[in-house]
Amino acid sequence: MESEKVKSSRRKFLKSAATLAGATLGYSWLKSTQFLVYGVEPEDKSLPWYGIVIDIEKCIGCGNCAKACKEENDVPKEPFFFRNWVEQYTVKNDGSVIIESPNGGIDGFKQSVPDSDIFKSYFVPKMCNHCAKSPCIQVCPVGATYDSPEGVVLIDEKYCIGCRYCVQACPYGCRFIHPVKKVANKCTLCYHRLKKNLAPACFEVCPTGARMYGNLRDKNSELVKFLKTHTTQVLRPHLNTGSKLYYNALSSEVK
Amino acid sequence: MKFYIPPQITRLTIAFAVFITLFLVARHFLVPDTFGQYGHYRGASLEDNSKPEIHFSGQQACIDCHQDMQDLKLQGPHKGVHCETCHGPGQVHVASGEAKDISKPSGREFCGTCHSMNAAKKKETIHQVNMSTKNPGKNCTECHNPHQPWKVKK
Repeated sequence: MESEKVKSSRRKFLKSAATLAGATLGYSWLKSTQFLVYGVEPEDKSLPWYGIVIDIEKCIGCGNCAKACKEENDVPKEPFFFRNWVEQYTVKNDGSVIIESPNGGIDGFKQSVPDSDIFKSYFVPKMCNHCAKSPCIQVCPVGATYDSPEGVVLIDEKYCIGCRYCVQACPYGCRFIHPVKKVANKCTLCYHRLKKNLAPACFEVCPTGARMYGNLRDKNSELVKFLKTHTTQVLRPHLNTGSKLYYNALSSEVK
Repeated sequence: MKFYIPPQITRLTIAFAVFITLFLVARHFLVPDTFGQYGHYRGASLEDNSKPEIHFSGQQACIDCHQDMQDLKLQGPHKGVHCETCHGPGQVHVASGEAKDISKPSGREFCGTCHSMNAAKKKETIHQVNMSTKNPGKNCTECHNPHQPWKVKK
């Protein structure tokens, strides 16, 4: 009698478990209702998915990118907040590393270490990595920063409350509080220019072609071809941010 | 069997119903219209972000009028350098067509932003000049044509 009861309740349990699993699986196939579960619409494959390549070997540290960015996006020249900037890394013969970025590189660089002391030196232009799994979006308490359907991390200036949480969450230091608007600000990959089929300002003015942007979904784009034929690296890969800014010839000193 | 609901449960249910209704009403007024249209953000913000005016007009807008300058530039190492790299943002000039609206850079310092010596610059990427010993005090454009700087005036 006792064992009968156990058997029947086990069958009942298995039945209901199978029904629940089947229903969940079936529901997950209904694409049109997925926004209820994930809070997003299905990804639009017809839109580009932007990625960036910076070739460190080609950068000459002229600072035009940093300057053009400020002019294009109305970021005040001073105080020195940047959406993109250039750093000079100098590895000395004794192994020590000097990292400089006078005025973000806007006025160019003066070599501060004599040639005889330098083991190697290079410029590293920095900007928002437009991470696919970006920490700055995850920490925003109000949903004022987001990943656009094109993979560009943007800020909703009207909705941002200026709490600075994202500023400290970005592992690349790419965010700041706009000194005039008092809300978070960052590189938008010149979203307003992309929408007009123009290159972002920093790409427009780079004289050596050290930077490149393009559609990661288009397997024939210049960007994807470059990524296939070069050994590129993202910054801080161990943080698993899904960075879409790839550096060519990146040295290990760069953080 | 009559289904019995204890009075404290009834009161709680009413209190919850009132609370949830108030919450939904408040939410309706506090959450912006387009929030959640594409994800956990205001959908209209995409539109806001594509609104700002451009300042750099882009290479094509320059060439539309100045094909002659582009032809000069294309003959040498400056072929990859866009007009606005040196001349700065040109959208105002494109709109007005007036020469005063575009900057015409000059001076040693300006050429030096790219061509000054620095250990971090690769020799094969850029021609570098020692700014302190190369014809000090003279303007680069006295000898070099700004649009074909690889050519030196005799």
